[in-house]
Amino acid sequence: MTAVTDRRQLQQIAARAADARVNVELETEGMTLNIGPQHPATHGTLRIVARLDGEQVIAAEPVAGYMHRGYEKLSEVRTYAQATALMNRIDWLGSFANEVPFILAAERLMDVEAPPRATHIRTILFEMSRIAHLILFLGDMGVQLGAVTPVFFAFRDREFVLNQIEAATGGRFHPYFDRIGGLKDDLPKGWIADTKAVMEKVRTFCDEIEDVLMGAEIFETRTRGIGVIPPDVAQQYGLSGANLRASGVDWDLRRDNCVGLAYPELDWKVWTHPDGDSFARFWVRLQEVRESTKIIDQLCDGLPSGPIMAKVPRIIKVPAGEAWVSTENPLGEMGYYVVSQGDLTPFRVKIRSASFNNVSITPWLLRGVYVPDIITILASLYFILGDIDR
Amino acid sequence: MADDAATTDAATETPEEEVEAVQPDELREGIVARFGDLLGDALVDSLIDPGVDLTIRVRTDAWRAAADVARNHLGARYFCFLSAIDWLPSPYGRSMDSEVDTVLAAQAGDVAEPRSSEIVQGTTGGDTRFQVFARVAHLNGDGGFWGITIKADVPDDSLTVESWVPIYAGADWHEREAWEMFGLTFTGHPGLRNIYLPSGFEGHPLRKDYPLLSRMVKPWPGIVDVEPMPTDDEDGDGGGAAAEGSAEGGDS
Amino acid sequence: MTGVLSAIELAYWQQTTIRLLAGLVAVLLLTGGVVYLYLFKFVSFMQSRLGPMEAGPYGSLQLLAEVGKWIQKEDISTKDADKFIFGLAPAVVLVSTFLMFVVIPAGPNAVMADLGTGIYYVLAISSLSVIGILMAGWASANKYALMGALRAGGQLIAYELPLVLGVLGVVIQAGSLNLQDIVYAQSNGEIFGISAIGNPYILTQFVAFAIFMIAVQAELTQTPFDMPIAESELVAGYQVEYSGIRFLVYFIAEFATAVGFAAIASTLFLGGWALPASWGFSDTAMHVIGPINVSIKAVFLVGVVFWVRFTFPRFREDQLQRLAWKGLIPLALANIVVTAILKVVF
Repeated sequence: MTAVTDRRQLQQIAARAADARVNVELETEGMTLNIGPQHPATHGTLRIVARLDGEQVIAAEPVAGYMHRGYEKLSEVRTYAQATALMNRIDWLGSFANEVPFILAAERLMDVEAPPRATHIRTILFEMSRIAHLILFLGDMGVQLGAVTPVFFAFRDREFVLNQIEAATGGRFHPYFDRIGGLKDDLPKGWIADTKAVMEKVRTFCDEIEDVLMGAEIFETRTRGIGVIPPDVAQQYGLSGANLRASGVDWDLRRDNCVGLAYPELDWKVWTHPDGDSFARFWVRLQEVRESTKIIDQLCDGLPSGPIMAKVPRIIKVPAGEAWVSTENPLGEMGYYVVSQGDLTPFRVKIRSASFNNVSITPWLLRGVYVPDIITILASLYFILGDIDR
Repeated sequence: MADDAATTDAATETPEEEVEAVQPDELREGIVARFGDLLGDALVDSLIDPGVDLTIRVRTDAWRAAADVARNHLGARYFCFLSAIDWLPSPYGRSMDSEVDTVLAAQAGDVAEPRSSEIVQGTTGGDTRFQVFARVAHLNGDGGFWGITIKADVPDDSLTVESWVPIYAGADWHEREAWEMFGLTFTGHPGLRNIYLPSGFEGHPLRKDYPLLSRMVKPWPGIVDVEPMPTDDEDGDGGGAAAEGSAEGGDS
Repeated sequence: MTGVLSAIELAYWQQTTIRLLAGLVAVLLLTGGVVYLYLFKFVSFMQSRLGPMEAGPYGSLQLLAEVGKWIQKEDISTKDADKFIFGLAPAVVLVSTFLMFVVIPAGPNAVMADLGTGIYYVLAISSLSVIGILMAGWASANKYALMGALRAGGQLIAYELPLVLGVLGVVIQAGSLNLQDIVYAQSNGEIFGISAIGNPYILTQFVAFAIFMIAVQAELTQTPFDMPIAESELVAGYQVEYSGIRFLVYFIAEFATAVGFAAIASTLFLGGWALPASWGFSDTAMHVIGPINVSIKAVFLVGVVFWVRFTFPRFREDQLQRLAWKGLIPLALANIVVTAILKVVF
């Protein structure tokens, strides 16, 4: 069913099959290990039921739904403004980035376009939530592998970014700053200069983490060749974002299908890695943070003046129609399929969250790995429970 | 929630921008043509949003074939999502500007029929209450990206369509979700079981006739707390009526 | 210390009691100091934070507060736990830790039992702790605990060998298994005829020292070899079901063992309590200087252990075994051969 094209993967599978034969001869008995829902490595309440033979995983099945909040149903009985506050909480680490595609979908249905200044500020905040999100990943990856020190650096430097988000929006975690047609407020005075200083700090952090983690050979031995996802399998499962780029698929919605954000005017690079293993996923995200700081610097330099709100009616009724808008969120492709029937509320919202697809590959990926590798792979896939359970 | 930055009340005024000249979208038209060649008359309808998006609807029996064409003939190897939609207008939900809460009013006998139950399908039409729709995309990194939304009717009597798992392995979880949320069955799926809901859960929550209990108890959370601003007369007609309506709801 | 005491002609049981109490106080004080110095402060500064600051000046009484907290906590165990074994396991680990200190010399006379085979006694006793760990893992009735205990078993056995083989180099060079003799051999030794700093074996046995410290890191189950407790995988391994005072016992045992191994390493490789004989300190002076000397060296080596612990990610179980069996053991064997040849030649 799933085509295996990667030769290394084939070799691994053959090696595992040989191991399995040995174990049949030894007649060992398996064990079912229940990882989660309360487990430090599952970022929330994901549960993984792993069938083990010794330390080796025979089969692993993720069980989601411990945090399912029914946002698709709830948004059917809420106005667009109210629903935005829900969307915010899907992937709670990159909240602002969740609002954007929903608002953009509503804007497309209404045929409204945000003024350039709003678009630029949106892009800045979008990238800042990516940085805050991925900084945490960079530190967390170390913790999952047993290196506790980097995560403190991560929390320290993420705070600077969150402070900037808070200064602009009033909310550290759930800004709810985006409105149909623009933004709630303009940026405060002096924010641009502060942001550029913070970006400098973030770049320093990236160098630090590269020294501290990637400089340790143990980190490479733990991540190289672990959880290899061939590009074809990755696409079949709908992996997106850094997970897909780490498998060598050169695709970034910011560049390839940018809707309503200011990316086409900027000079930046989409990084890919040919290996598709955990190390590649870490490396791609590290480069992405660096690119994001560059993007923000450019946007801060060329911020257009003007209004931050387009003309929109006071009470928003979205004309009937269907719109699909997705953006390149910190975790991957986040999209909303909004169906409107001319009411105050959306008729149906299909939330396509990145983590749902990213985690759906785990049964395929975890077969035959060792228990510590489960943690490595889950950490490198990087998911947020709210993004799976919606 | 009131938006301070919005300065106009003109509900239908369109932004004063020059309307972009509608350009023929050769890429997407070519894709539709390929689908037409390969699926024959199973391709029911298509909608091209030039330069932006593409939606097609296929006959139910060609649902899996459409996936096959998209992936193996047109190179849309990236699977984005698969879901379903229930076109039945909600018998419960009440719009913020309607005079009375339809659910409570129907219970009190004030209105015989809460709401029009006429099914209005969205773009590319349809004949049944349920539709499945999925999105796949072609990525090749040099800007030649395109995505396509594929829809199909789900027969009302059987509520069954073919599974996409043999074509896109990633459809597994999405079909499980559609199975439990809408009660649709996907033939050929390796194991339809609950993904979000506890096993043994009764009902299909995303169907429109599945009541949302919080709405039954307290219509429009949020709007009951909003009182019209004293100085803001123009706002009175929308928010005030709703506030009254919910006050009534609280009494009954 | 004890030299002075023995001059007062106390009865054997009185001497033993005093030695025991003095040893206990010394070990606990050192352990507490190490915990404060490294676990609370050193690591905090590595991680760009302050660490505890409230209890006492610069948080120096934090450990007491923590101990108070642990003692107050309810002693709970799982329903299916084997209660007797479950309760016994921490004691076994703690006893094996304290027994290590029996032979470590801290001065010309300050040693509780001057065994002829001292170093082998230490290595044998220290590996007793694995029995306590296996007991804990089995009795907890928890799969994580069991996996942690089995990992600990595999790991401690694998690293016992490089530990012993690494020490053999020193033993060959010193010509004795007695720790006191090894100390004197370093103190009186000379390198190429220069006796200014004696002959601390870290210079001649550097390979053995590196192997010993790596193996100690594994014996202590500290990162990068902390798979038995791997908090992100096995939550806390064999300790997962322990709380309150039983957890405190593991905690003390962990850091006391660290101090113990560091003291042994400083005895074997850094000259122990003794200063080079050429410096001409009398035995009387060494009664005072010795314990301080060996303590400073031990604390320094514990610092190295913690430095490594908070710098590296952890290995995977199979990578750890590979490192032990394919890396350290052949290296240690080669070291023995080379040491033996050089010993014969010179």
